[in-house]
Amino acid sequence: MIPGPFNYHRPASLADAVNLLATLGDEARPLAGGHSLVPMMKLRLATPEHLVDLHGIAGLKGIRRDGNRLVIGAMTTQHELLASDEVAKSVPILHEAALLIADPQVRYRGTIGGNVANGDPGNDMPALMMTLGASYRLEGKSGARDVAAAEFYQGAYFTALEPGELLTAVSIPVPPAGHGSAYEKLKRKVGDYATAAAAVVLTMSGGKVATCAIGLTNLAETPLLATDAANAVIGTSLDEASLKKAAAAAQAIMSPAADARGPVEYRKHVGGIMVMRALQRAARGN
Amino acid sequence: MNDMTPTREQRSAALEGMGCKRKRVEDIRFTQGKGNYVDDVKLPGMLHGDFVRSPHAHARVKKIDDTEALKVPGVLAVITAETLKTVNLAWMPTLAGDVQMVLADGKVLFQNQEVAFVVATDRYAADDGINKVVVEYEQLTPLIDPFKAMDADAPVLREDLAGKTSGAHGPRKHHNHIFEWTVGDKELTDAAFNKAEVTIKEMISYHRTHPSPLETCQCVCSFDKIKGELTIYGTFQAPHVIRTVVSLIAKLPEQKIHVIAPDIGGGFGNKVGAYPGYICAAVASIVTGKPVKWVEDRIENLTATSFARDYHMTTEIAATREGKVTGLRVHVLADHGAFDACADPSKWPAGFFNIVTGSYDFPTAHLSVDGIYTNKAPGGVAYRCSFRVTEAAYCIERAMDILAQKLDMDPAELRLKNFIKPEQFPYHSALGWEYDSGDYATAMKKAMESTKYAELRKEQAVKRAAFKRGETREIMGIGVSFFTEIVGAGPSKNCDILGIAMFDSCEIRMHPTGAGIARMGTKSQGQGHETTWAQIIATEIGIPADNIMVEEGNTDTAPYGLGTYGSRSTPVAGAAIAMAARKIKAKAQMIAAYKLEVHEDDLEFDIDGFRVKGLPEKFMSMKDICWVAYNSVPPGMEPGLEAVSYYDPPNMTYPFGAYICVMDIDVDTGVYKVRRFHALDDCGTRINPMIIEGQVHGGLTEAFAIAMGQEIRYDAEGNVVTGSFMDFFMPTAVETPHWETDFTVTPSPHHPIGAKGVGESPNVGGVPAFSNAVNDAFSFLGSTHIQMPHDYWRNWKAAKELGAVA
Ligand SMILES: Cc1cc2nc3c(=O)[nH]c(=O)nc-3n(C[C@H](O)[C@H](O)[C@H](O)COP(=O)(O)OP(=O)(O)OC[C@H]3O[C@@H](n4cnc5c(N)ncnc54)[C@H](O)[C@@H]3O)c2cc1C
Repeated sequence: MIPGPFNYHRPASLADAVNLLATLGDEARPLAGGHSLVPMMKLRLATPEHLVDLHGIAGLKGIRRDGNRLVIGAMTTQHELLASDEVAKSVPILHEAALLIADPQVRYRGTIGGNVANGDPGNDMPALMMTLGASYRLEGKSGARDVAAAEFYQGAYFTALEPGELLTAVSIPVPPAGHGSAYEKLKRKVGDYATAAAAVVLTMSGGKVATCAIGLTNLAETPLLATDAANAVIGTSLDEASLKKAAAAAQAIMSPAADARGPVEYRKHVGGIMVMRALQRAARGN
Repeated sequence: MNDMTPTREQRSAALEGMGCKRKRVEDIRFTQGKGNYVDDVKLPGMLHGDFVRSPHAHARVKKIDDTEALKVPGVLAVITAETLKTVNLAWMPTLAGDVQMVLADGKVLFQNQEVAFVVATDRYAADDGINKVVVEYEQLTPLIDPFKAMDADAPVLREDLAGKTSGAHGPRKHHNHIFEWTVGDKELTDAAFNKAEVTIKEMISYHRTHPSPLETCQCVCSFDKIKGELTIYGTFQAPHVIRTVVSLIAKLPEQKIHVIAPDIGGGFGNKVGAYPGYICAAVASIVTGKPVKWVEDRIENLTATSFARDYHMTTEIAATREGKVTGLRVHVLADHGAFDACADPSKWPAGFFNIVTGSYDFPTAHLSVDGIYTNKAPGGVAYRCSFRVTEAAYCIERAMDILAQKLDMDPAELRLKNFIKPEQFPYHSALGWEYDSGDYATAMKKAMESTKYAELRKEQAVKRAAFKRGETREIMGIGVSFFTEIVGAGPSKNCDILGIAMFDSCEIRMHPTGAGIARMGTKSQGQGHETTWAQIIATEIGIPADNIMVEEGNTDTAPYGLGTYGSRSTPVAGAAIAMAARKIKAKAQMIAAYKLEVHEDDLEFDIDGFRVKGLPEKFMSMKDICWVAYNSVPPGMEPGLEAVSYYDPPNMTYPFGAYICVMDIDVDTGVYKVRRFHALDDCGTRINPMIIEGQVHGGLTEAFAIAMGQEIRYDAEGNVVTGSFMDFFMPTAVETPHWETDFTVTPSPHHPIGAKGVGESPNVGGVPAFSNAVNDAFSFLGSTHIQMPHDYWRNWKAAKELGAVA
């Protein structure tokens, strides 16, 4: 559990960071909170020759409201998300999910940018960002572009980030007032990744579901948007049968790995339950 | 007397002696980060060693190429079995009478086995070196399933034992067989089963887990070439034994070996044995002439140093229709891994597993244990329990529940019906032990009253009916466990380690000002000896506990002792303390008699000094006697006030307790909630109630972990799949249930202060209480026994197999 040798860089501006990454090439990795990257380095599963620490770049932190969007700088920590009244008020599910990440020590260091850029299917933020319809700002030598969270994840640890590109901000459309949401996460203990988790954001109208989005964490190689499952409840009052239909539709796209959290069958089974419970709680909170 | 004269109560309280909730003196340094652990030891010029480990569970080692490793800046040496052979240390003896490879010699027998030791100027360079050592393996078929170990075509694991038809504990039946150990009367037991009205039979497994102390195993070895002396700082629960073992295997004179165990961050049995890291660091220091440090990381600790349990216990009880037990028959398949490195007293290959008759009056019993080799890490240590006692308690406590279910009888009632009665003590068990004292029914009934047991059963009946009607998806379980431990190893007639009787020792020296030092053969790893040992002395000789310094862990200054594990410190060393203190007191009495000009017999001890009987004003305090001991002792008496005691206990002690656990399980997810856990312990005389409570909390938390998910699991290829705290269940404060504690006091009749030991009771009694709660929850759906660990997915699987989830 001792990392291999590496060089450490701490650029003071985004331009410097992008330049460094471009010059150093494939052997360089950005370093944010280090709570995913450093454990991998200690196991020598990651052996970057250069770490480009993003903590010296002033503009990468902060939470601000931009019209009907919430824009969060990549280097904003999970703890800062939890401390933000704006987050709690306008996107309560983000507050709820951040609180379910590991423990205070991890949350003091871990960043939203690192969490969504990492590409680990066990991370909680990616499925949530897909559910919220968020987009990521990516900046590299050739300029900036925005990529929808739903388009970002390609495989385990494999994303739309091009070599040398940094994720600088996450932009979330603020869900309408009166929306309901819930993040249901089954885990074995504090500090564990989800055995299965489901994010739900919905609106109700006249006792029926008007709009709905469902995201799934750690139930496939990538976070999933369970569109069929969401469609299965739209127009319903979330009666038993519709809930079961949604769970089944969600299970149809799950392909978790068997691990110490349980066999595939169990993880899919509880994945379905998390979907049903999240739907019910989201609707109740409406 | 004027107002300033302290009352007897005040004088007594000032001592902070036995029975006082004295605050832990060691916590002053621990809570400020000022402890001194092995990793804090930094010697000038110190080097660092680390292991190349096997990725395979079973393979032949064809070639080890260290060329590239030696080119890494800072790497000084790569030690392999070939190097060790030059000093005859490629293999080392184990405490169980087997031999174990220090570094892979020709083949590897478990994943993460030590293959080569890289020595470098710092820890990073050592690890860089490890990654450059190229080892060529030829994979062999691994043997993982213990039930296949003795198949005719099972792979041969231990080629070094070829042709050896007997081992340290008698004949071997198969190339993967280690020993067979039998106890009890087979004929009588078979006869009891033949005429039994009711019998049960179940294979009850206690899975493989790990003691996982937060501080891993580590050492610093420093060889002084000029003096020919070896100093070893290490995480040792038994420093003296380590010194003797090192002396025997390294052929160094024992007085030239200095073993120092500084502060230890938890042991739980993991730090009793000798590991390849110690040998390699010592050899590396002898070779380089520099101090060498070896510190395990978490993965290495979980996967390579001693595991615990892995006992597969086929258990049968014979009983009458009324529920009176008439016989017990147990066969154990004991998976010892690649080498037999159990840390049991030498003559006990299955520890004290023959306590398996538990708290019940079995007229006859028979036990046989087969130890076998598999391609897993060696060990089998007593993880917070006396030797194989948790296994035995789990076995009998689960089996009693299964019998109760078969008889359609309440499990608490069945236990009450079969308890050994107070008047039967000292009680001779069918498997050979003499239980010293106990009042089981009183303890059981008290726990049942405190938890309102009868009402809990009523609530459970209501919930079960509701579940059957489909009104709830939650089931409720009530786990009852009543355990009897056997601790305090042990009497020289039963117990030795490598021929050394398992006594323990204490040396007390009182200084002129009335303050003193006590040196011990034990070694605290967090138990609070510095606090409690002083309390015993305080009460015995009337000197405040604060004036007694307790010192352990340095083999140069401490009297020889066998160390701390198996709840032996209070039963054995605690007795030695009282005996040494009484020698001091006897001499003090002679001094007081001389000074007060009376006959010794005219004096009586009164809290903190001696008083002339009938003349209350003629009093001499212990503090003053200490002073006199250094200037005007009676003619003919040697000056000074010190004593030493080596205590060979006449018997073991038998703590017991009644535990009740209430649990609710969501069948859809398998998620459980421990609603209540009530632990009533009887550890005899209570030295420090606060420390007892702390020990019970810690032990229950470990019991909770083990029963509910903590395991070392291997896949079919022999890869460890639970090798880090992400997957190896180490509960945090958030998961840990709330503990309710209670006690009764039945002193040990043969122990000088009546104390029995408590550190391990909660683990011994806790595991069956949790497991019985889970099993009890599911029993109305038709199950008889669900194996541990009871983690979420396995609870769901049980529910599914019983048809409770689709
Ligand atoms: C014990 C423990 C438990 C945990 N449990 C959970 C959990 O339950 N749920 C959960 O979601 N997370 C969990 N985490 C992970 C934690 O949330 C991490 O902090 C997070 O995944 C990564 O954020 P970071 O800032 O630490 O990123 P880092 O570890 O620094 O980086 C992660 C990866 O992203 C890259 N990267 C970082 N920032 C950027 C950027 N701005 N642009 C481009 N690439 C970037 C890095 O190069 C690296 O490859 C846990 C971590 C630990 C140690």
